[in-house]
Order: sequence, then C-alpha cells, then structure tokens
Amino acid sequence: MNSCADDCPCAAMTTEKLTLHYGATAAFRDVSLEIPRCEITALIGPSGCGKTSFLSSLNRLTDLVPSCRVTGRITLGDLEVLAPDTNVVALRRRIGMIFQKPNPFAFSIAKNFALPLREHGVREHAEIEQRTEAALRDVGLWDEVRDRLRRSARTLSGGQQQRLCLARALALEPEVLLLDEPCSALDPISSAKVEDHLQSLKGRFTVVIVTHNLAQARRIADRVVFFWADESGGRVVESGPVDALFEDAIDPLTQAYVRGQHG
Amino acid sequence: MTPRSDRPVALFVLRSCALGTITILVLIVAFVVGESVDVLRNAGLSRLWTDPTWHPASKTNPTFGAVPMIVGTLFATAGAVVVALPLGLLCAVFVNYHATHTLRRLVNGVIELLAGIPSVVYGLWGLTTLVPIIAMIRGPGTSLLAGILVLALMILPTIVLLIDQALREQPAELALSAAALGLSKSRIIWSVLVPSAWRSIGTASLLATARALGETMAVLLVCGNAIKTPTSLFDSVRTLTANIALEMAYAMDTHRSALFASGLLLLGLVGLLIAGIELLERRVRT
Repeated sequence: MNSCADDCPCAAMTTEKLTLHYGATAAFRDVSLEIPRCEITALIGPSGCGKTSFLSSLNRLTDLVPSCRVTGRITLGDLEVLAPDTNVVALRRRIGMIFQKPNPFAFSIAKNFALPLREHGVREHAEIEQRTEAALRDVGLWDEVRDRLRRSARTLSGGQQQRLCLARALALEPEVLLLDEPCSALDPISSAKVEDHLQSLKGRFTVVIVTHNLAQARRIADRVVFFWADESGGRVVESGPVDALFEDAIDPLTQAYVRGQHG
Repeated sequence: MTPRSDRPVALFVLRSCALGTITILVLIVAFVVGESVDVLRNAGLSRLWTDPTWHPASKTNPTFGAVPMIVGTLFATAGAVVVALPLGLLCAVFVNYHATHTLRRLVNGVIELLAGIPSVVYGLWGLTTLVPIIAMIRGPGTSLLAGILVLALMILPTIVLLIDQALREQPAELALSAAALGLSKSRIIWSVLVPSAWRSIGTASLLATARALGETMAVLLVCGNAIKTPTSLFDSVRTLTANIALEMAYAMDTHRSALFASGLLLLGLVGLLIAGIELLERRVRT
C-alpha cells in the first residue's frame, strides 16, 4: 500500500530537461531533478520563477491551461508521465496536490472524501468511512470534526479547511504529495499545525513543497531546490541536502538568497 | 478619488435617486391597494378563491371566484420554470465548459438578443407557429401547453445568463483541486462546480419565476383565455395577468376593483419570491 515501506533508495520522480511554455514565454527551462522517495523536497526561490508551474506539470494539471506546453521527460516509477497515452486520472490518484488557498467542496465533510474515493473505485461504505477517518486522524482533524461529518466543509476555519484538503488527498493513498505554499494563506498558529502534520508524514510519502518561507523549508525539508528567474525564464540554480544548501551553497545567487539578501 | 468638496452634491443626487425610486414603488403599491379597497371592504380578498365563478360585472349577484385563473397562472409559471431550468442549466454548462471561445461568444450574443425580443413578438410566434402544431396533436391549440412553452422560451435567457455568470464566478482553484484529486471532467462539472453554484441557480430560478408570473402579452395570445380550471396541458387557460389586460378596458366599479385585487395578489406573490431571493443571498454572505 505504501510506497515508502520498501525503503527503496531510488528516486520517486525524476524530470529530465523539463521545459514549460505559456504561449511563447518560458516559465522554466531544462529542469532535471531527482525527487527522492519518502523525503521532503522544498522548492524555494522568488515569485515568478516557475516553481508552481513546475509543481503543476508533475501531475499534468498544466493540461488544463490551454496555452501551456510542456516538453522534456517526467517519470513516476516506471510511468512516463508526459506520454500521451498516460491515464491522467490514475496519475493524479498517485500524485496528490494541495493548493495555496484551501478549497473544500461546497458540501459535507464526509462527501468531500466520498466523492474522490468513489471516483477511484472505492464503493463500499465501510471502506469509505474507514479511509476518511484514517486520513482525518493523520492530519489531527478527526477529534475536531467527528461529530459534524454531515456539516458543510465550508463551515470549518481556514486552517481546518487546509488540513481537510490534505486529508482528502491522503485518503487516496498517493505516492507523492505536491504542496503549493500550503501555509501562506493561514495564520501562524494554523500554519504551525499544518507544518507539524507535514513533519509527521515524513517517511511515509514523497513530498514536494513550494514555500517562500525559508525558515519553514529549513525546518521540514530534507532537500532544497533553488529556482531563479532571468530573462529567458526560470531555471534551477542549485539543489542539494537542506544543510548543505543553507550552510555552504556553491552558487553566489543561492548564498545571497538563503541569507535573505534578495528575492 | 472624488475631491472632498464634491461629495455632498454627489451624495445628495444619489440619495434623491434612491429615495425617488422607493417613493414611486410605495406610491404604486398604495395605488393598487387603494383601488382594491372597494372589493376588499365589500367582499373581502378571500372571495377570490371562495366564490365558485367569476362574474364580477353582475348587477344583482357579482361573484369573484378567480381560482381557475390563479391555478392557470401557477401552472403556466411552474411549467415554464420546469422546462426552462434544465435547458438553461445545460446551456450554461455547455458555454462555460465545452464551447470554444468563438462559439461561446456567439451563443451569449444570441441569448442576449433573445432577452431583448418584445414579449408580443413571442406571443405572435407562438400563435402562428406553436399553436397550430399543438392543435395537430389535440385541439384547440391555444392552451396551457402553448403558454408554458412560450414562457419557457422567454425566461430561458434570464436563467442562462444568471447561471453562466454564477459558474464563471467559481474560483479557478476549485476546478483545479478537483482535477488534482483525479476527478473526470464531467464529475468536476456536475459534482463540484454546479453544486457550488446552487444558490445562484436558486436565485436565477426565482427571478425567472417572477418574470413568468408577471408576463401578460404572450400568454394572452397563446393560452385561449377560457375561465376554466385546466385538467390537461391541452386545455385553454386564462392567467390573472391576461384577465386584467382583457377586462380592464370595460371594467367598472366593483369589477374594476376586483381586477386591482387580483393585481395585488400577483404583487404579493412576486414579493414572496423576492423575499426568497433575499434569503438565499443572505445565506451566501454568512
């Protein structure tokens, strides 16, 4: 069930010379990365350097943007993500994604889980309930909502909504979780709670998180990828283990950025 | 930003406009109530539904039974909404999620044009085209069904435009997050986006209902106007609005007053619908 149980040292996902264009403009170019299994990889860098676009290309959410063109190669295990015959519905079951703003669906908490689970073939009521509960426990929301699973998910606070979205993704038992600044729209206390639960997921899922909060990246990430944008679009300047990148970055751009000198 | 010195003037103008609008509305309601007083005092509003027949002009024993017309109005209105709502929803979903940009603009243009056609033209079209077709199935042709279809066509633009706007206002992230959970396109549309807009869809239906309730000219032309409670879709019916338009020209005294009372009834129904819309909107804000 869990991809991290076998402790395989190989990368969960890789990209090779990945380039993304919106119309004629490149969002990022030639990104070749290995995303290690069961670790947290943080993408840092100034706004507009292609981090979010990179994240969305990994589960082919970029397919939904009409002018968007992705070239290069992405693999998830043996799967060629960008191949035209790849089943994107199945792909997105394996790769969960959480957005900047929490967006629970406008119906009950229970149905927020039941809808995607049913879509992916989980039909039995008991299994839906059991997976909902397990996912809600994983994000520490179960005790807060167990008595109001029939209430609208939009009645929850912002922080609770974001944890609900995280749980909704976890209920599908994905291999990889993509997080696009999941804490940036939350107050510090809610943000800390979400971050705590991300920490607790470490080792169970492969996580890729975009964050503008360098302290957060340093606290939770195993590896850090530094994006930077110049005239020709975004690119990866440097990547490596979190301590190496924050303590002895090789590139002067990285050194300056992690010291908070620009960006 | 407006310079500070201009504000009192602007404020005065705006306030006067708002007050003027309210005053006119209050005066209209007061006028309708005033004109109804005769029949309300001498007969009572309840005779509109307790009297067996509609003979308001009788010198000896006037009766004010408007039940056939109330039923006709409600059936025509409800029927039109039942026909137009699913069509409008499908149309709005199509232009939002399936149509190309050009097709979308074309459809929207046509719909806006449809909204601008005078109601008498709809009536004429119904009378010359729709009624003969219905007559081929079952006579006389001028019928409740003809009224429902013409009304449905007339309220369709309101429904499409309002639902289209509601769907367009859904945050883009909602569709993205649904797609990221691996939901198919049709599932995203029908299980996530349309339910999120249900309040606006409710508002659209209520506004369309109010429009259908008040429509006069088109239904007058196609419904046949027999004062008889309909027992089938092919029966001729008269709506309250058509009745007012048909009889006001020669109505006098109590008869005239009874027509105003039926107008008051319509006003009350529309008032209820507006209150319903207000309730829906209030729940959106909280």
